[in-house]
Order: sequence, then C-alpha cells, then structure tokens
Amino acid sequence: MTVGFNQRAVRHPSFLVGGALTLLLLLAASLSLFWTPWPVFEVNMPGKLASPSAAHWLGTDPFGRDVASLLLVGARNSILVGVIAVSIGMTAGTALGLIAAACKGWIEELIMRLSDFTFAFPAILSAIMMTAVFGAGIVNSIIAIGIFNIPTFARVTRASANAIWSREFILAARACGKGPVRITLEHVLPNILSVLIVQGTIQFALAILAEAALSYLGLGTQPPQPSWGRMLSEAQSLLFQAPLLAVFPGVAIVLAVLGLNLMGDGLRDVLDPRLARMR
Amino acid sequence: MSLLSVTNLRISLQTHRGLAIAVREVSFALERGKSLGLIGESGSGKSIMALSLLGLLPEQAHVSGSIRFAGQELAGADEKTWCKLRGNRIGMVFQEPMTALNPVHTVGHQVAEPLRLHEGLSFRQAREKALALLNRVGIPDPVKRIDAYPHQFSGGQRQRITIAMALACGPDLLIADEPTTALDVTVQRQILELIQDLVTERNMALLLISHDLGLIAQNVEHMLVMYGGSIVESGPTQGVFSRMAHPYTQGLFAARPRLGQRGIDGRRVRLSTIGGSVPELIDLPSGCPFYGRCPIGIEACAQTVPGPVALGAGHVVRCIRTGESI
Repeated sequence: MTVGFNQRAVRHPSFLVGGALTLLLLLAASLSLFWTPWPVFEVNMPGKLASPSAAHWLGTDPFGRDVASLLLVGARNSILVGVIAVSIGMTAGTALGLIAAACKGWIEELIMRLSDFTFAFPAILSAIMMTAVFGAGIVNSIIAIGIFNIPTFARVTRASANAIWSREFILAARACGKGPVRITLEHVLPNILSVLIVQGTIQFALAILAEAALSYLGLGTQPPQPSWGRMLSEAQSLLFQAPLLAVFPGVAIVLAVLGLNLMGDGLRDVLDPRLARMR
Repeated sequence: MSLLSVTNLRISLQTHRGLAIAVREVSFALERGKSLGLIGESGSGKSIMALSLLGLLPEQAHVSGSIRFAGQELAGADEKTWCKLRGNRIGMVFQEPMTALNPVHTVGHQVAEPLRLHEGLSFRQAREKALALLNRVGIPDPVKRIDAYPHQFSGGQRQRITIAMALACGPDLLIADEPTTALDVTVQRQILELIQDLVTERNMALLLISHDLGLIAQNVEHMLVMYGGSIVESGPTQGVFSRMAHPYTQGLFAARPRLGQRGIDGRRVRLSTIGGSVPELIDLPSGCPFYGRCPIGIEACAQTVPGPVALGAGHVVRCIRTGESI
C-alpha cells in the first residue's frame, strides 16, 4: 500500500526495459521530424548498396538512400499507424464493450457474436482483403488494422466491465438512483482504465507488426514513403548481395514490438499492485 | 396512511434449477418515525425483500402483491419511477462498507453525487452539503478528509460514509441491510447509535435487517421474524421477546452464544443449535416452512401453511402449535 506507482515502476525490470525501448522509438520518430543524417528521398545511384561506414552508418539501399535515415522516418510511420489504429479500435471497442455489459440480454449477445464473427477471420487476411477492395495505401491499411482492433477491445472491456458490474458499489450507486449511463461512465469506465491502457500498448505493438506485414506485401505504405515492412521486402531480393539490408529494419521491428509488449506487461503489474504481489 | 405498506408480497426467482419463491405472502406496514426490524438467517429471503423495496431485484425475479410507498404503488413500477425514489426518498445502507464505495472516486464526490442527481445542486453546493453530512456522521476533520479515497478510511468510517451517502437527500425511509455485520463489536454500537439518532432527528422510517437478535432487541420497536421466505412471527419487539411464540424464534434465541455460559451444575454447556438447515427455496414444503426442523412439529403442520394466530398487542405468530410452544 505504501509503495507508490513510481517505486513499483522502478522495481519492475521488464517495465524498465520496455519503457526504454519505447522511449527510443519515440525519440527516433521525433528526431526524424527535423533531422536525418541524409535526405531521405535523395536517390544516389552510384553509391547504392554501400556497406556501413562513417558516412552511411547503416549503409545504403539499392537506390543509394541512407538506411539510417530511412529507419528514423520509418519509426514515425510505425507510430502513426499504431496511434491511429489503436485509437479507432479502443474508442469503438470500448464503447461496444461497455454497452454490452450495461445492457445484457440480446444486445450483449449481438455485440459479442459480431466480434466473434470478426475474430474468426485472421486479421491480416481481412486487412489484405480490405486493402484489395478499397485500394492499397497507408490510410486504408490503418483503417483496416483499426477495425480489427475493435473486437479485441470490445471483449476485454466487456469482461472487465461485467466484473465491475457485479461489485457492491454498483448496487450502492443504483440505490442512489443512478441510471445505467451514469454508472457506466462514472463507476465502470474509471475502474477498467488500467486494463484498457495495458491492452492498448499490446495492440499498438500488433498494429506496428500488421503494418509492416501489409507493407511487406506491398499493400501498406506506398513508395517513396519509407516503411520498415517495405524496406524488409525490398531487401529480400538482395539477400545474398546485401544481407545487412534486411537485418536493420528487421531488428527495428523486433525492438519496437518487444519494447511495447514488455512495457504493456510491466504496466499491468505496475498499475495493479495486487497482481504483482500474487506472482 | 402508512409511509410504507407491503401487502401479500411474493417474489419468485427463475433459476436454472427451477422456480424459487424467495418471499411468500409478506405483509407489513411502517410509519414515519418508527423502526422495524427484520430478522432471519442467511437464505431466509430478507435481503431479496429489501432489494425489492428499491426495485433492485435481478431481472429474472417476478414480484406480485403490493408495495405502497407514500401512496404510490411500486410493485411493477418502471425504472424511471424507481430512479427518482432511490437515494432520494428511500436510502439504503449496505452490509459491506469495504466494497460499497467506489475505490476510484473520493468520498466527497460519492456523498455529493446523489445531491447533484436528485436535487440539482451545483458542484459547489453539493460539496458544501457533503461536508456537512460527513461532519454529521462523525468523520473527524471532514474538511481535510473530503478529498480522500475510500481505502484511506477504516471500516467503521467507511460505513459512516455510506450512511452519509444514503442520507444525502433526506430520504423518508432508510433501509439498513446488516449495516454492522462486517464491523467490530465496539464500532457496531457507535454505528447503530448514529443510525438511531439520525432516524429520530429526521423523523425517518427505519427498516433494519439483521440476523443478530441482540441488535434487533435494542434498536427497533417492531420486529418481523422471517423464515423460508415467510414471516413466521411479528409484533412489538418487547412483546415478542417476552413471549416468544414460534419454535423458530425460540430456537434462534437459544442458539445465541453467551460468554461463560454454564449449566445448573456449573459445567460448561454446548451451544444449542437448530437442527437441520434452511430449506432450499426451490422445493419448500407445502405446509409450515419450519416443519422439517421443528421440535414440536406434528403431521398437520406439513399439510397447510399455518394461518396467523393473534396473541394480543399486535403480536402475531404463524404456528398451529402455539399452545404447546409458549
């Protein structure tokens, strides 16, 4: 009880590592807004496929562009996708989950069966389908990823909200004359916020991964806009000439996803001290 | 006209194992300024009945009979009617002060909430009034504590806060469902005194639900003894305690633990108990609900539900063997 949030955070190794990696991702993205080692869109054919050197820290790609600069700008892209896709999923999914928990009966059934239905399709396959129908591009892929975040949030929200609804203080709130809308907003939502934050970081990581996968397939970010997934797919054909070209974006994706997942896991414990003590 | 009059209230619950009749043909009346105690063991239907007076029964419950509150029929009332009454004219104090407060809001916020809801007070006015209420229920230094969270209070203080919440809008009826069960004995007394004082001060009606005979004896004027969903004995507290007529009431009284209890020869005696257990509400016997456990039961008890036997001064018992039991 006496151990505060900050102290718990400092004592939690995976939260620290995850937080550091996530911070690194954010720093890289914000750095790219006003400085990159080399201009990102400048093609320099004579200097293509250079090995890492003092001038080009991570070498150059088949168009002679600086890989380090591309990775920095790519981080921005990944964060953009993560933030928007998670916002879409969290807003709609949380709303649906709260409605399901508050209404019960056939409305709950309808919402939950609909999300089961959405879950039945592999998310990436559905995203491919959507981008195929509505056209490839970053906007459509963000929307597609966001939509497939909705059922995840709806489920998590409903499960936690149902647990809150059965608590006695909800009965006490009803005995005070509060209606379901008021109870949902004032009593249920604040009590499940920590669960949603944790789920948000994990979905953020998944969104980055999904965007990389879509871009790898050529359905996400379109050239010349740099994206880690597309860098990976372009490096594939040159795997024997320039293997490092595939390593760097791969490592970037792994570190970003790992960092967010570790931070999400850590946050779960840090936000809920009871859980941490049980382990 | 009584403030609250309940007539032939019957509550049935559709469970997955069948229809359970949780409350059967209960009638009573409660005047403003009076107190009524409802006693019974776990599973006797007393909490369900309390919830029905607030319209908070689970969805699968079915209510028949009549609940008249201040001239308004409430059995079968819609949610909107209930929402206007709850917390406004009928207040409720719950058993567990540890869980009856929302951990994420300050206590000031929670006490002020019903005021803003029902009386349309502004944030400031509601806060002022919440402060006065917290002061009245005996929270020390309320100016400092109003922005504290529930976990920063002790159990007794939390129960005081839930009382402040229930009383915020000045209800006409206060229902207290085992308000002291989760508290220390020393704190119990203070909480009950507080409830008593507030009830007299505001001329409210009090429905006190408990399984504790001593508590009922000291705090209410009238009492109802509930068993298996029926009222088996009712009357003025004094009258019932001086002349316990129903074998169940007698059993309850005999089963209360006393310190240093010794028999005539000075040896320790075993605590007497009522044999058997509370009948399942799903398959209640057709006759007297207590028949299976009654020490003086006869064949006829199992046939029909015993009718009321008046013992004078409002004391009524439902037992066909009243002659033998007293």
